[in-house]
Amino acid sequence: MSREEKLQLRKEKKQQKKKKRSEKGPAAEPPEQGAAPEPGQPRVTPHPSSSPTLADGPSDGEKPTGGKSKAELRAERRAKQEAERAQKQAKKAELGQAATPAKPRLTPTEPPTVVKRLPEHVQVDDPAALRKLAKKLERQQVPLRQDYGTKVNLFSHLHQYSRKKPLTQQMSIPSTVIHPAVVRLGLQYSQGIINGSNARCIALLEVFKQLIRDYSTPPNEELSRDLVAKLKPHISFLNQCRPLSVSMGNAIKFLKKEISCLPDTLREEEAKEKLQSTIDNYLREKIVLAAEAISKSAFEKINDHDVILVYGCSSLVNRTLCDAHMQKGRAFRVIVVDSRPRLEGRETLRRLVRKGIHCTYVMINAISYVLPEVSKVLLGAHALLANGSVMSRVGTSQIALVSKAYNVPVLVCCETYKFCERVQTDSFVSNELGMVSVPFFPPGICSLLLRLGSTGHAELSCHSSS
Amino acid sequence: MPGAAERGAELREQMEAFVARLRGGGGRPRSEDTARHTLALLRKIIAHGHWGSAGELMELIRAEGRRMAAAQPSETTVGNMVRRVLKVIREEYGRLRGRSEESDQQESLHKLLTSGGLNEDFNTSYPTLKANVIEAINELLIELEGTTDNIAMQALEHIHSNEVIMTIGYSRTVEAFLKEAARKRKFQVIVAECAPFCQGHEMAVRLSKENIETTVMSDAAIFAVMSRVNKVIIGTKTILANGALIAVSGTHTLALAAKHHSTPLIVCAPMFKLSPQERSWQRSMFTAQCLTTSRQSSLLSSFLTSGVTRLPISTAS
Repeated sequence: MSREEKLQLRKEKKQQKKKKRSEKGPAAEPPEQGAAPEPGQPRVTPHPSSSPTLADGPSDGEKPTGGKSKAELRAERRAKQEAERAQKQAKKAELGQAATPAKPRLTPTEPPTVVKRLPEHVQVDDPAALRKLAKKLERQQVPLRQDYGTKVNLFSHLHQYSRKKPLTQQMSIPSTVIHPAVVRLGLQYSQGIINGSNARCIALLEVFKQLIRDYSTPPNEELSRDLVAKLKPHISFLNQCRPLSVSMGNAIKFLKKEISCLPDTLREEEAKEKLQSTIDNYLREKIVLAAEAISKSAFEKINDHDVILVYGCSSLVNRTLCDAHMQKGRAFRVIVVDSRPRLEGRETLRRLVRKGIHCTYVMINAISYVLPEVSKVLLGAHALLANGSVMSRVGTSQIALVSKAYNVPVLVCCETYKFCERVQTDSFVSNELGMVSVPFFPPGICSLLLRLGSTGHAELSCHSSS
Repeated sequence: MPGAAERGAELREQMEAFVARLRGGGGRPRSEDTARHTLALLRKIIAHGHWGSAGELMELIRAEGRRMAAAQPSETTVGNMVRRVLKVIREEYGRLRGRSEESDQQESLHKLLTSGGLNEDFNTSYPTLKANVIEAINELLIELEGTTDNIAMQALEHIHSNEVIMTIGYSRTVEAFLKEAARKRKFQVIVAECAPFCQGHEMAVRLSKENIETTVMSDAAIFAVMSRVNKVIIGTKTILANGALIAVSGTHTLALAAKHHSTPLIVCAPMFKLSPQERSWQRSMFTAQCLTTSRQSSLLSSFLTSGVTRLPISTAS
């Protein structure tokens, strides 16, 4: 009982606070309090489908600035609900004590913290989520990307962007909010000039270094807080140009943490120097040194007279093969598998042939033909998920599947900074849809291009199944 | 006789043209067209060729058949048709000899167990044999024409509403199958495009003309998309005696992905694609072919992918 009384006291205090704030102005009222009591009734039986939209409330959406009457009405409604809930609890308390411990947990007034927030990019079919995104981008002065006209139904929960105009045409030159280096980077991403998770991450960090160099703290602001706030519109812009990769996401998280952990005693110049050196360290340790270490241990597995199959273009795999060929002088040959429409295998082919490695080039529908003579498959990864699945370019899981049918061992090379906590069961759950550049199809045909998202379970180093 | 000599010359010309077309050049002919042309040519050989008894006829047919099959070993329809014609000749000969069908079967089984070989000599000549054989071949031709429609008639049994169907490349049998089902049912089709010649695009265009909701995807996404697919329907080039398929490159991957997701796989193929051969295909046979033919070659082009050292064909079992 005392627990219930405490909860009630808390509720009443919060109500008073709300009333005070609503007297000041409705815009100042945090939306969390607005959203929380309304789910009071539905929260008694928590329903998963409603929670994502409710959970979006507490995030950075702005409340419509209605008149004071709206806030007052809401406060009245809340008071009514509280009263009803108090009555219910009193009744239940009379009935039995066993039921009561469960009830308070089901009628919280805090914002729902157990609900998982869905990322925005898998909620494209929800108009509320789209509106929120549009508002957020407007606030940050980042242009919103146009959607494609006819959509593929299978992917209605993902963004399907139009390729007609690049994002930057909607921006003024020079842009006041976005640094020009970031604009250039965004264009390079969206046009596919910079490709591959390592390359994108390195480019991102270099541009951030330049951003930090050109940054100057405005008066009366803390560098650690202001810089993070200044980075946000740039990150949104890059996200709109092309969804962030896992490697980029992890790098950004690291950078934000470093910035916010800066001690206040440092002068601006020192702080910027420190940040630059931190970024350099990150680049060197997580990407360059990691690549060396992986390459060293991977080419132990490459023997003489091996036939190695690679897919697409992975910087790590290319490096491993080149090192094995040049430094250790192993005699092996490579089969490069490629797929339309990006045809990234040609880049791999170019690099390997230049080093003098004997290569064969096939398309992906020929893998059943070449696999009987392959001794190992070497794959790169875009990310490693929390359940052990490997996320990589579309087509990788096919290669793993057919390799298993032929009992060929599959090795996946992946740096640790690409590990992420997501879990995905198949390629539809979350993905990035590319744009197709094929001859015009008459209306009625949708061209489908999955950029990523071929997930498969892989045991790093030995046989794989997918 | 000038008439016979002319006909003989004409026949030889047609044979040469057919063999040359088999060997390559021009568009990819339908298996059905190839079968029909083979039968027509064989009928002409029977009508105008020089032969006396059934045995001689069979030798003649065998020789011509071997030549045609050697021009394009991957086109097994030719061999299948030749075998059917030989069987027709044997049956007609047997009928003329005065044996009934059932006793023939009984005797042949008994023969298999005891003597282990045909002791037919096929040497007696019957004047009506030619006419009977030609009539039987005409029946075969009529049967050929109806195969696609017969397969398409079964479409409604297999395709239900709101299903997602996956297919690969361009198969006219599958196209007819899906079109027939689309008249009554609403479903979606996903087509794998089959690089580098992208026959899937043509298939998608034709299907969408019938207002079927079609999606084209790259071969790399076959496994990625398979989790949403209800059925896989494919066509094939040949069905071997051990149940293996020789089909367009990428079918093996498709079949493995379907097996992994426990998706039913349906193969639409007419009877003349069933081959009694069982050998596993030699790669060397196909590489030799490819080195001699130009890259625009028709038949081979449908099965090969561009390769620097190897030119692969995929088999599915």
